[in-house]
Amino acid sequence: MAILEVRGVNKRFGGLQALGDVNLSVEEGSVHAIIGPNGAGKSTLLNCLVGKLNPDSGSVNFDGQSVLGRSPHEINQMGISRVFQTPEIFGDLTVIENMLIPCYARRDGAFKLNPLTSMRKGGEMQTKAEAMLDDVNMLDKLHMQASSMSRGDKRRLEMAMCLVQEPRLLLLDEPTAGMARADTNNTIDLLKEIHAKRDITMAIIEHDMHVVFSLAQRITVLAQGTPLVEDTPENIKGHPKVKEAYLGETAE
Amino acid sequence: MFGLEKRDYTLLIIVACLTMFAPFILNPFPTDSAMAQFNAGYPDLMQRFVIFGIFAIGFNLLFGLTGYLSFGHAAFLGVGSYSAVWMYKLLGYNILPGLFLSVIVSAVFALLIGYISLRRSGIYFSILTLAFAQMMFSIAYSDLIGRFLGTTITNGETGLQVYNSDPQVLHSASKPDIPHLFGQQMQSTYSLDIAGWSFDFNTGYYLCALIMIAAFYIAIRIFRSPFGLMLRAIKTNQTRLNYTGLNTRPYALAVFVISGMYAGLAGGLMACMDPLAGAERMQWTASGEVVLMTILGGAGTLIGPVLGAGFIKYFENIFSKINDSILHQWFAFFPDGIEDAVVFMIHPFIGKGWHLTLGILFMLVVIFLPGGLVEGGQRIGKLLKRGKKSEDKGDGDAASTPAE
Ligand SMILES: Nc1ncnc2c1ncn2[C@@H]1O[C@H](COP(=O)(O)OP(=O)(O)O)[C@@H](O)[C@H]1O
Ligand SMILES: [Mg+2]
Repeated sequence: MAILEVRGVNKRFGGLQALGDVNLSVEEGSVHAIIGPNGAGKSTLLNCLVGKLNPDSGSVNFDGQSVLGRSPHEINQMGISRVFQTPEIFGDLTVIENMLIPCYARRDGAFKLNPLTSMRKGGEMQTKAEAMLDDVNMLDKLHMQASSMSRGDKRRLEMAMCLVQEPRLLLLDEPTAGMARADTNNTIDLLKEIHAKRDITMAIIEHDMHVVFSLAQRITVLAQGTPLVEDTPENIKGHPKVKEAYLGETAE
Repeated sequence: MFGLEKRDYTLLIIVACLTMFAPFILNPFPTDSAMAQFNAGYPDLMQRFVIFGIFAIGFNLLFGLTGYLSFGHAAFLGVGSYSAVWMYKLLGYNILPGLFLSVIVSAVFALLIGYISLRRSGIYFSILTLAFAQMMFSIAYSDLIGRFLGTTITNGETGLQVYNSDPQVLHSASKPDIPHLFGQQMQSTYSLDIAGWSFDFNTGYYLCALIMIAAFYIAIRIFRSPFGLMLRAIKTNQTRLNYTGLNTRPYALAVFVISGMYAGLAGGLMACMDPLAGAERMQWTASGEVVLMTILGGAGTLIGPVLGAGFIKYFENIFSKINDSILHQWFAFFPDGIEDAVVFMIHPFIGKGWHLTLGILFMLVVIFLPGGLVEGGQRIGKLLKRGKKSEDKGDGDAASTPAE
C-alpha cells in the first residue's frame, strides 16, 4: 500500500517550471530514493510534501489524507518528520533538551500550556530521549551544547530527533551532503539499522549514488522537474535515460 | 523542594533572604556619616527595587526566553496602575481588588497587542509593540476615550487620582484614607535605631517583596517547565520547532500575556505605594528602561533582571542626588584650582546627567560582559574557583542549565 501519493504536482517559480507533472508513490515500509542532478527540483518536491511550499496544482496525500494547505507543524503531527539538507537543530540547547522537545511534541500535541509542570530528571520523556540517543551512540554527549558539535553529530542528532517521534514517514534531504566518506558510510549503516529495526518508511533525496544504491528499494529519477523513470536500483543502474540525465555529472 | 531542583531552590532562598533583610543590607552606613548618601534603604527606593524587579522578571520571560524584544511593555505597567486606582475610586482603599484587576486588565491588553504584534518577528515585532504603547500613551495622556464617552477614564495630564466625590462603596470611616491591606497601611514605617544606624521597615516594601519572591518562584518554574523549553526553542530555531510538530504562535502569545501580567502587577503595586496613575508611566522611555535592566543584568538568566533593576534604580537615585556642593566636599583635600577642575569634569555625570553615567555603564557591560552582570559574577566565581584549584568534575551538568 502506498503511504504517500503525489499526483500531477506542478510548481513554477516565475518563469521556471521547477516541478512539472510529478507523480510518485511511496510504498509503506520501503526506502524510496529520489535522485537527479542539481536543480532537478528534488528539494522543491520535498518542500511541497511538508507544507513549506504549496504546489500550483496536483494532490499530495499521506495515508489517504491531503496534506496540501496544512502548515508544517500539522503535517508533522500527521506523522511525517523531516531531516534538512543542512541540519536544523536547536543550537543553543543541549543535546538532551533537543531530544526532549520532539518527545513532548509527540505526547502533548502542537501546543500545551503547562508553565508550572516540572521536567523531572528520569521521567518518562527523559528515559525515551536517552534511549534514542543510546541508539545513535550519542549518550556521552547528553549535556553538550548542540551547536558546538561536529557536523556529523548534528546530523545524527537531527535524525534522532526525528526518529524519537516515531514518524510513519521520514523524509531526508541529502543526509550525507558534505560528509566525509567515513561519515557517509556511518550514516548509511545508521539508516539501514533504523530501517531494519523500526520499519519506518523513508524517502531519501540524494546526490550520492553510492548511498542510494546501498539503501533504496525503489528509485525515482528526477530531471528538470519531471520524473524520468522509477524502478529498482538494479534496473536504474544501467538505464540509458539515467545515464543521459547524469552525463557530465557522474556519481561523486 | 517546592518542585525545584536544588540549585534553583538555593537561588530562591538567597533572593528571599536578600529581600527580607534589605533594610539592613541597603543601609550599611551610619546616618550621620559622609557615606550616608550611598544608603539605599529608605522605603520609597526599596519599593521601587522590588516593583521594577517584578517588571523585569516578567519582561525577561518574554525576551530572555523567546528572544522577542518588546519595546512597549510600559503600556501594561500603566494599564495596571490605572486599574488599581479605579478600584480605589469605585470600591475603596483596600489594595487587593486593585491588584487583582490590574493583572486581569493587563492580560487582556497583552492578549490583544500580542495577537497582532506576534504576526511579525524581529525588528517588526519590536516596532509594532512600540507603536501600540505610544498609541496607548497618547490615548491616556489626552484621555481620548474618556472625552469621547463624556467622562473620565485616565484623567489626562493630571493623572488619575482619588477624589472625595468618588463612590468608594466599601470605604468606611474606620478604614484608613490611604492604600491599605485589611487595615495595614502601605506607607507605615517602623524605624529601628541602633547606635548611629537607622533601619526602616515599611509595610508596602514587605508586601511588594513577598510578591516579588512569589513572582520569582513562578518564573523559575516557567524556566524549568516543558513550556519554558519550547520558549527557548523558539529563540534558537523556529523552523525546527515547526517541523517538530509545534505551533510557535500560541507559545509566544502565552508568554507575551504572562509577561504582560507581570508588568500589570508591577503597575498595580506602584499604585498601591502611591495612589496615583499617570500616562508618563507608559512612555517609551519606561519601556526602554526595562529592556536596559534585563540586558544589563543578563537576559535569559533567572536572577539577571532583578540585579539589573536594582542596579539601575540604585544608580538613578544615587547619581541624581549628588550635586556640585557634595563633590566639593569630597574633593576638598585638593588645592582649590584642581578641586574646581575635578568637579567640573565630573559635573556632567551627576545630578540630571546621571543618564550619561548609565549610558557609559551600559556600554561597558554590553561590550565586556555580553551576558550582563550575571556573566560578571560567573567570571569572578570561576576566578575564585581556579584560585582554590578545586576539581572540575561533574560540571557538565551545571553548564547545561541556563545560568541563574
Ligand atoms: N524559493 C524559490 N524561488 C525561486 N526559485 C527556486 C526556489 N526554490 C528552488 N528554486 C529553483 O527551482 C529549481 C529546483 O531547485 P531545487 O528543488 O532546490 O533543486 P535540487 O534540490 O534538486 O537541487 C532550481 O532551478 C532552483 O533555482
Ligand atoms: Mg536540494
